[in-house]
Amino acid sequence: MTDSYNVLRSTRASRIGSIIGLVLFIVLVSFPTWGDRATMRLLVEMFYILALSQMWNLMAGYGGLVSVGQQAFVGLGGYMLFLLTIHLGVGAVWTVPLAGLIGAVVSLPVAFLVFRLRGHYFAIGTWVVAEVFLLGFAQIKTLGGGSGLSLPVSVVKSIASSRAGRDSAIYWTALFVVVAVIAIVYFLLRSRHGLALTAIRDSEEASNSLGVDNFRAKLLVYIFAAFGTTAIGALIFLTKLRISPSAAFDINWTTTVIFIVVIGGIGTIEGPILGTIIFFLLREPLADFGSWYLILLGTTAVVVMLKAPQGIWGIITHKFDLRFFPVQRRLELKKDD
Amino acid sequence: MTNLLTVQNLSKSFGSLQVIEGFDMHLDDGEALGIIGPNGAGKSTLFNLITGSLTSDTGSISFDGQDMTGLPAYARCRAGIGRSYQIPHPFGGMTVFENLLVGAAFGGGEKEAESYDHCAEVLERTGLIDKANTLAGSLTLLERKRLELARALATKPRALLLDEIAGGLTEHEIQDLVATINSIRAENMSIIWIEHIVHALLSVVDRLVVINFGQKLDDGDPQTVINSPEVQKVYMGISIE
Repeated sequence: MTDSYNVLRSTRASRIGSIIGLVLFIVLVSFPTWGDRATMRLLVEMFYILALSQMWNLMAGYGGLVSVGQQAFVGLGGYMLFLLTIHLGVGAVWTVPLAGLIGAVVSLPVAFLVFRLRGHYFAIGTWVVAEVFLLGFAQIKTLGGGSGLSLPVSVVKSIASSRAGRDSAIYWTALFVVVAVIAIVYFLLRSRHGLALTAIRDSEEASNSLGVDNFRAKLLVYIFAAFGTTAIGALIFLTKLRISPSAAFDINWTTTVIFIVVIGGIGTIEGPILGTIIFFLLREPLADFGSWYLILLGTTAVVVMLKAPQGIWGIITHKFDLRFFPVQRRLELKKDD
Repeated sequence: MTNLLTVQNLSKSFGSLQVIEGFDMHLDDGEALGIIGPNGAGKSTLFNLITGSLTSDTGSISFDGQDMTGLPAYARCRAGIGRSYQIPHPFGGMTVFENLLVGAAFGGGEKEAESYDHCAEVLERTGLIDKANTLAGSLTLLERKRLELARALATKPRALLLDEIAGGLTEHEIQDLVATINSIRAENMSIIWIEHIVHALLSVVDRLVVINFGQKLDDGDPQTVINSPEVQKVYMGISIE
């Protein structure tokens, strides 16, 4: 009688959500034609921070790989932008996917080192790797050494001749990157690999004894996160036009992202989106308060971690059973007529 | 009957503590084998060694003619060794149905969409079909125990290793579970079952092995083993039946 079952992949919220998402996407795509420059810059920043958060969430929230050294790949991506445009004449926007590929290749030997470490040691190991990257890039004279360098005017002009044109080009690139990252994470989690990753998230021991090759799944996620993070790094420094080792390999790239993912809701796609919105809502009015801003941010994180370990999105799903990105499979009885 | 699982000269120590020592065991195809022994005798360690959750210090394990020694747990599962944990390890954030899909898609090596029917069928026979879309983290103990069994079955195992699956359940629940296990057994599934609740065990198994201090104390017909003076001594003061 098993033919009487159906497997549903979408929810009511997801059908409504996909319409809202489409409208939002159209509004965002058209934004440069009607929006102001300051908001556009803020949106670009939100896009790349959200994209970074999704990458970290995939790795830590699903793969259980709590890295505090993802700034290694952000910085690497930034430097690849300068290296590829200045020395190899690659078009500035094209450095984003190319940097991603380089990041994926570099992540292999890094994984070889850090995958020998477990839990806290893994976290510390990834941080050490990021520091090594910082010290290493500070030695490279052609990339400005310890004081860094700016993107030459000729490269900047090659993006678009006018400032408004450049802003729009960078805006659309950032929008494309964040939409692509969310889409890839979503389809990855809906696939067979998503089953394995979600299982690993919940119990590594059980997933292994049910036939999941945990090591392979984690390695793939790590490489993919490195690809995404390095590509986003190139994008970030395309908006900044200037790089230095301390800015490129700043641990704040990772701590900000951890804050966002933890308060939003780790191990969900919606969590980092909500977390990014909360982060910017807190930051904008509080930016003038200096260190008080950081104290408030820290307090928020501690309170959320204590009161709602599943993050704010966790509370919402628990109360309303909302899922805008349905990665679940629901077994339904077929209604026979 | 042909031999399905052979364990030879298996040993494992944690530091200076020898948990399993020179252990030999076999399981025939279609046979149901029970394992009993006092707490700390090494029963769960033995399972962990057979399923690959732990690696043995010495000895060999072969299953279905293949050498399993040194293979990781996921490879042994794919080869046909399915297990349930004594303390349930549900994927709490996934639904019961998805918990089974993990087993079917990876352990069973099926395409996800092709395993839906099989998983629904397993849910029906283990009495979990009404809970298919419930998050596994919110199940009761009995349901978690059933999920352990269902998930193992989803991997389409040749041998099923049950670790104290009846532990902590009420008498009535145990009877239900025994009925389910007997129906699985009726389809020629090979079973190794570790259990403290001996009467439940005896209503299923063909043969009984007793472990004490990491070594095999006795092995044979369940009633004969239970009544042997050696075994009675190990369980001294405890009524077995």
